[in-house]
Amino acid sequence: VYFANHTSHFDFVIIWAALPGSERKRTRAVAARDYWEKGRVRRYLAQRVFNVLLVDRARVEGRLDGTSLMAAALSEGQSLILFPEGTRGDKPEPVRFRSGLYNLAANQPDIDLVPVYIDNLRRIMPKGEVLPVPLLSSVTFGSPIRLLPDEGREDFLERAWLAVCELGR
Amino acid sequence: MNLEIHREMVWLLGGVLGVLVAGTAMCFVLSWRVSSDSGRETVANFNARVKAWWVMSIVFGVALLTGGLGSIVVFSLMSLLALREFMTLAPTSRGDHRALLVTFFVLTPLQYGLVAIDWYGLFAVMIPVYGMFALPAISAMRGDSQRFLERTAVIQLGLMICVYNISHAPALLLLDIEDFADRNAQLLLWFVIVVQASDVLQYIWGKLTGRHKVAPIVSPNKTWEGLAGGVISATGLGTALWWVTPFNPWQAALMAAMVCLTGFAGGLIMSAIKRDRGVKDYGTLIRGHGGVLDRIDSLSFAAPLFFHLTRYYFGAG
Repeated sequence: VYFANHTSHFDFVIIWAALPGSERKRTRAVAARDYWEKGRVRRYLAQRVFNVLLVDRARVEGRLDGTSLMAAALSEGQSLILFPEGTRGDKPEPVRFRSGLYNLAANQPDIDLVPVYIDNLRRIMPKGEVLPVPLLSSVTFGSPIRLLPDEGREDFLERAWLAVCELGR
Repeated sequence: MNLEIHREMVWLLGGVLGVLVAGTAMCFVLSWRVSSDSGRETVANFNARVKAWWVMSIVFGVALLTGGLGSIVVFSLMSLLALREFMTLAPTSRGDHRALLVTFFVLTPLQYGLVAIDWYGLFAVMIPVYGMFALPAISAMRGDSQRFLERTAVIQLGLMICVYNISHAPALLLLDIEDFADRNAQLLLWFVIVVQASDVLQYIWGKLTGRHKVAPIVSPNKTWEGLAGGVISATGLGTALWWVTPFNPWQAALMAAMVCLTGFAGGLIMSAIKRDRGVKDYGTLIRGHGGVLDRIDSLSFAAPLFFHLTRYYFGAG
């Protein structure tokens, strides 16, 4: 599982681009259902073009929760790209992570969680803009982390957040 | 802009080819003889640089031979790549997004378009006059006033260095010079050879004899010995090649010296900007050299002055 700071719609595309071909094929991005099911174009892109794994940001009656969906994908041998901030930011540093990453780590303690820092994409295509400016950007991968045996939710999320921030310095 | 190929042009391109072959031969000799670790590193860097010179010379040579349009396209692509490297380091904010789009996708193609259609009047004023008011206005309309002065200044400077200045090199092809019809490509090639030779020779003289640094904090590699040796030898080269230009030997010497000195100043300015932004190179596109902007920094500052001096003293009518 790759988890990264989230600054632009291109984020998961450039993570893909940075991965080797064989890994790219089995890697899917995880994104919010409420955003990507709004409108025909977004739905088409999410389902047909990028094969995104859509999860609910909040709990919805009668549907599998995000953690179970992601666990199922992982057990099929897929890799996932996760943006634990839950939304796109416009600062170099990510905002505090939400609990999704912790829930997944607690559910799947044997999976490697790889921190990724994406630099400068927020300037290439900021939230709300349509055309990208052709600046240079970079993706940095860190060494994987896992949930420690007696680590709490807050401690783990703090550690994961710091792992991403460190790569950006 | 009908560019018939003259005998002088053939000699000039042949000379460039000769230098490249000699450089490659030297790479082989050096890699045999050098055995220390630091020496090997220098040779590897030298190797990468020579290889990159082959690529750059071939691209530029082919562009020159295809006539005016080819050169304009190559220079406009260089401008875009340089602008990309510059703006990546520039402290712009979200409010500047539209202004940046305009610099890349409107002003840059337009500037080179003006060269292509030979509209000198607008070519000379579009970016400094119209761009100067339009870009800050676009940024201001987005309503973000934080560090506004810094942001707008840096966008304008980037546009001047990467687009406006560099566009003066292919604009040499448009000049109407007395008794020099159809031979402007030679003048452009002479200019590029002198600028780049000055860079290389300053580097070599600096490595061999460099002692006293010109501006140690800005650029530890630039020494007075390198500057003097490089400028004098590149001026010598430019003078020796006077027969491809519209100048007589002493005019060629003065022009070459001026080109070398403005080129040196350009390199120094661009080093200071890199220092300020905390990077060593502007990019990684050209192996052994850094980015495009690292290679054409001196050309950018020498081109407008060379263009205008030539136009003023040698232009017909």
